Amino acid sequence: MKLDLNGEKAIYLQIASSIEDDILKNIFEEEQQVMSTTEISVNFKINPATAAKGINLLVNEGILYKKRGVGMFVAQGAKNKILIKRKEEFYHTYIISLIEEANKLGISKEEIMNMIERSKVK
Amino acid sequence: MKSIKIENLTKYYGNTQALNDVSLDIETGKIYGLLGRNGAGKTTLINLVTDKIFPTSGKVLIDGEDVSGNDKVLGRIYYMMEKNLFPDYMKVKESFKWTHEFYPGFDMEYAHVLSKKFGLSIDKKIKSLSTGYCTIFKAVTALASNAPLMIFDEPVLGLDANHRDLFYKELLANYTKEAKTMILSTHLIEEVADVLEEAIIIKDGRIILKKSVEDLLEGAYTVSGEITKVDEYVSSRKYTGAEIMGKFKSVTVLEEVKKRDMASINELGLDTGKVELQKLFIALTNV
Repeated sequence: MKLDLNGEKAIYLQIASSIEDDILKNIFEEEQQVMSTTEISVNFKINPATAAKGINLLVNEGILYKKRGVGMFVAQGAKNKILIKRKEEFYHTYIISLIEEANKLGISKEEIMNMIERSKVK
Repeated sequence: MKSIKIENLTKYYGNTQALNDVSLDIETGKIYGLLGRNGAGKTTLINLVTDKIFPTSGKVLIDGEDVSGNDKVLGRIYYMMEKNLFPDYMKVKESFKWTHEFYPGFDMEYAHVLSKKFGLSIDKKIKSLSTGYCTIFKAVTALASNAPLMIFDEPVLGLDANHRDLFYKELLANYTKEAKTMILSTHLIEEVADVLEEAIIIKDGRIILKKSVEDLLEGAYTVSGEITKVDEYVSSRKYTGAEIMGKFKSVTVLEEVKKRDMASINELGLDTGKVELQKLFIALTNV
């Protein structure tokens, strides 16, 4: 789990996306336990309410679930849910900002296409 | 502890007014930052809450009971003061025993564990401790007190980076272990910003703001870029903390982040970012 406390994004959102990243990378597998609110709070020196807000975001999306008295676990099918969500976000977070930056630098559509070719997309 | 209420507190030292009609409802179970510039009235307020001094008028109620002369209530508040009140000749371990007398919930084992973690030798006399270790000694005692209300006045004074890191971690571990209220009075705003749930800002003896840190940070944003473009953007907006370097200007816009006009910002070629609690504090408390 990686957080950038001075970063632009709110910390609770970073917590949520960082856990999602770890699930995508199989660091946390389905039905496996993730860190507790307390662990996140103490490790990163952040208020537990902030940590809980990040975790709850994932609980509400059905990516994590709570086992009473044990802790937080990765839900069945979580990885797939994250993949679908991330693909939807891909256009907004990457394509739109790519076009904006390209316009600023005067890079043409053709040049962008060439760059994509060159970068060996699978 | 269920409620902490401060009602119309005023305090004069001679002719000088240190607190001016302060009323506050402090919900229990949160970590608060009491933030203010030097002489703003932070320590006066804490001294009144802990009955160290008498108010000129007004009162402090904890669970409905006036704290004034109330040992039962005061035994549930631990105040880590900037001053050390133990006699100089006393050893650290003896002071733990004393604290245990006044705070029956004091956890001796935990005090020893913490001392070890911080490298505080309990056989030393208090007067022989360096500034940093004197702070550690006071912080360890406060954390081990197990009081449902812990108040820390400049808790990391003189601590090196490693010890500050350890202090915040131990503070949060202690807080998450058992429900309690913590109030941190400090100048090191940037360092505690993420630890706090709410900020209470005091200025010239008055509370000017009490808000969750999250709401505070979502209530402002920064904009920077070429000076005339920044001026154009902020012409119809409330802003503060303008900084100018040559043709570059940056300001803190006092408007909710979600109301930020990204289209204009992009069109004007400006940069925008998250506001820092410390910058907001400076802007709010500058005359």
